[in-house]
Amino acid sequence: MHDTHDTHDDCGCDGGDETEPPAAADGGAKIGGDAATDGGAVTEPPAGDGDDFEPVDVFEGSEMDLRPGADSCYKCTSCDTSCPVAEVDDSFPGPKFQGPEQWRLKRKEDTEIDDSITGCSNCMRCDGACPSDVPLSQMHNTARGEYVQNQQPKLSREYIRNRILANYGTLAGLGSKVPRLTNAIMGNSLVQTVNEKVLGITAERDFPEFADQTFRSWWKQRGGPKVQSEDKRIAYFHGDYANYNTVEVAKALVRVYEAFGYEILVPDQRCSGTPMFANGMLDDARRSARVNVENLGDAIEQGYDVVASCTSCSMALRQEYPELFDFEGTETVAANTYDALEYLLVHENVIDPIRAVDAADHDIPDFAYHAPCHSRNQGLDRQAVELFRHLDGVDVEDVGDSCSGISGTYGWKEEKYEYSMEIGEEMFEHMEHAEGQTGMTECPTCSMQMEHGTGYEIDHPLQVLEAALVDTDVEV
Amino acid sequence: MAIESDVVVVGGGLAGATAALSAAREGAHVHLISANESTLRQASGLIDALGYPEPGPDVDGDGGASASGPLADPFAGIDDLPETHPYRVAGADALREGLALFDDAVGDLYRGGHTDRNALVATTSGRTKPTARYPRSMAPGVVSDERPMLLVGFEAATDFDAELAAERLSAAGVPFDVSGATIAFPGEYRADAAVTRLAHALERDEDAGNGRTTRQRLADRIRPHLGDAERVGIPAILGDAHVEEVRADLSERLDAAVFEVPTGPPSLPGIRLADRLFEALDEAGVSMTTGTPVVDFESTGGADGDRIDRVLIDRNGARIPYSAEQFVLATGGLVGKGLDSDRERATEAVFDCHVPQPDDRTDWSAEGAFADHAFARFGVDPDGTMRPLGRDGEPEYENLRAAGGVVGGADVAREKSASGVSLATGLVAGRTAAEEA
Repeated sequence: MHDTHDTHDDCGCDGGDETEPPAAADGGAKIGGDAATDGGAVTEPPAGDGDDFEPVDVFEGSEMDLRPGADSCYKCTSCDTSCPVAEVDDSFPGPKFQGPEQWRLKRKEDTEIDDSITGCSNCMRCDGACPSDVPLSQMHNTARGEYVQNQQPKLSREYIRNRILANYGTLAGLGSKVPRLTNAIMGNSLVQTVNEKVLGITAERDFPEFADQTFRSWWKQRGGPKVQSEDKRIAYFHGDYANYNTVEVAKALVRVYEAFGYEILVPDQRCSGTPMFANGMLDDARRSARVNVENLGDAIEQGYDVVASCTSCSMALRQEYPELFDFEGTETVAANTYDALEYLLVHENVIDPIRAVDAADHDIPDFAYHAPCHSRNQGLDRQAVELFRHLDGVDVEDVGDSCSGISGTYGWKEEKYEYSMEIGEEMFEHMEHAEGQTGMTECPTCSMQMEHGTGYEIDHPLQVLEAALVDTDVEV
Repeated sequence: MAIESDVVVVGGGLAGATAALSAAREGAHVHLISANESTLRQASGLIDALGYPEPGPDVDGDGGASASGPLADPFAGIDDLPETHPYRVAGADALREGLALFDDAVGDLYRGGHTDRNALVATTSGRTKPTARYPRSMAPGVVSDERPMLLVGFEAATDFDAELAAERLSAAGVPFDVSGATIAFPGEYRADAAVTRLAHALERDEDAGNGRTTRQRLADRIRPHLGDAERVGIPAILGDAHVEEVRADLSERLDAAVFEVPTGPPSLPGIRLADRLFEALDEAGVSMTTGTPVVDFESTGGADGDRIDRVLIDRNGARIPYSAEQFVLATGGLVGKGLDSDRERATEAVFDCHVPQPDDRTDWSAEGAFADHAFARFGVDPDGTMRPLGRDGEPEYENLRAAGGVVGGADVAREKSASGVSLATGLVAGRTAAEEA
């Protein structure tokens, strides 16, 4: 599989130029677009017996041959029934169209990507719903990348707005240098109105506040790791949000892992790329991914496993990178990256210490837990509720399998805000019916949406672990 | 280290859910691992046990052996099945107990538990299917009921032709008058709107224009076709969790018993069943991991060991180990991908258990599409506690059991026995695994 490099000029990657067939020399500017045939006309039965079989490159010159995936679709429409956007937005044709059908349509010359692709929120729920392993989100990502590259005007409000939203980390890096000033400006209702009118960023939401001190600055100030270990080592991928905004989540990870005896490395890193994929900004995503794969790959070579506290970050590193890029080490990083709670549950006995905790002694409230879609897609949707079942005196109620509706940047777009809230309605209702008046989730933007819809405070499971196990009388 | 439990069940369909529930009720801590969301979400929601007896020879010369009519009592047909059939291996009591476990788990969502006898339910193609249990929402549609029936289809939902289904039912000699009508679903939707979209519009009774709600307008559109009909069958999209509320409301508006006709995937009755079983598993304390296939395993003494220590799931390239005392394989058959096949042979996909099969591949199938094909009975060969046996007749692993479609010996599509085989084998596999865990 080739990557989808639009051009190698600016990324400087070593991603396979020499090995690519000549027809693909223009990179993936048109992902499989220009050399398409009308579908299978050039397939010829392989000559000879099975030993001589050589697969025929049906779509010669295409960067990414997703045909096997498209052909696996038998049109059961299970993906469409799993799609939270199709549920509320009747103009959105659903994942089956955006994936296998759109892919086939664009085999034809002069067929453009249908602009409804921008309606997809990249929740990736369709991947889990498909009984036939069609790589739906990969198809959506490539189609969206092609649409943005070739069809979306670069001076349009949508493009500029989406580019800003997708590159949140860059702006956050600037804003967090003067956090109080930034918070004051972004919280100003006039600024919010201008954002909505000029940029199309909804004024309904309060911009997330920047922490007074970033996590990286805190980490540096404390002198890095407090625990040294030869055999228990993790490299922490905090992502932008835990660095600039919810630093308490990142600090909780450090304290919990150190309590279990882990040496922690905080490698240089950029945005995981999640908001870039969702907005079709594959060039931006590639630049970030390249840095991340290189730095995390180095850490893995030194014996570290990568853990992330945000389930969209781990999803990007584990699934989207190998599906979209092929830097050296991409697969290795994917195979050695874990969600923070997942990793702890595999390698440590967390259950017995949790059983020994009496929540009343630690001021731990009851929770309404929401599993983020990107956690669900990794099969991690049950781990928090199943772990905290063992926490005496705390009720952790799963508020159901609906999407929160914000899907990263989706719910920040002025024209998507209403849909976003409509999708979230089921979760809000279930949260209000749950015993707990505090929310819990792994995803920073789900957390925003939960707070926005209910006014609850929202914790990360790592913060609950920290409250229960760190600096308490419980032996870990 | 690994994720630890007493029993690991691999596969989240009906067999896996049954095995997990039955093991959990014996007191075991169970972990249920499923490669995808439950296949029940694609299932019709009907729970068959044994619909047709062991077929006789091909007397009508169409390549298919002739079966007599549907069985009134599934238990009456078990003794006539071959000795290798899972019902014979597990015993008729296993089916009875499996059905009882099911009845207990689904509660008021289902009907049919009051009797051993099969019900006949009309399908979207106008056939009748013998089934042991059926969703409550389908109850007024049973064929033994003699009240006149109207079937209603929707223009956009092309997989149900109500007129054709009515014609076929009449031709089959059902004991009631039946007619069909096709109408437009009320409200403005995409032509290819997802069935869940329409179901939720009915459940929430959304505004459907002209100041009328979806249910009001649906009843208005059905009423002119009603005639003498005392019951009305509609494709199974009458809401999600609150189907009974939707049905009661429509029944009152039409002064006729409204029921659901089972449809193909994605299926609301299947989704409701999956949700209900999931709740039962959650209440029983079963841990669940979904979306992650089991791709490898480790056994004591290496690849030829006699005891499985752990299975490994694939999570986007990372291998996560799950260890347990006992394992249950419930990965499905050739369609469910629990069995794999190439040009040489059919294999069991996870543990490579022995799958009895003709040496010559041309003997896998017979002439005629609906004939008695050998491949339809492919699967592992279990002992009385559902342990897959090797070529030598000894258990492949002392702590591995199998349930559902991966178990060989039954032609479930012809017999109409897929659900019952899952319930019977799942019950035995789960219970014996828990006893030894």
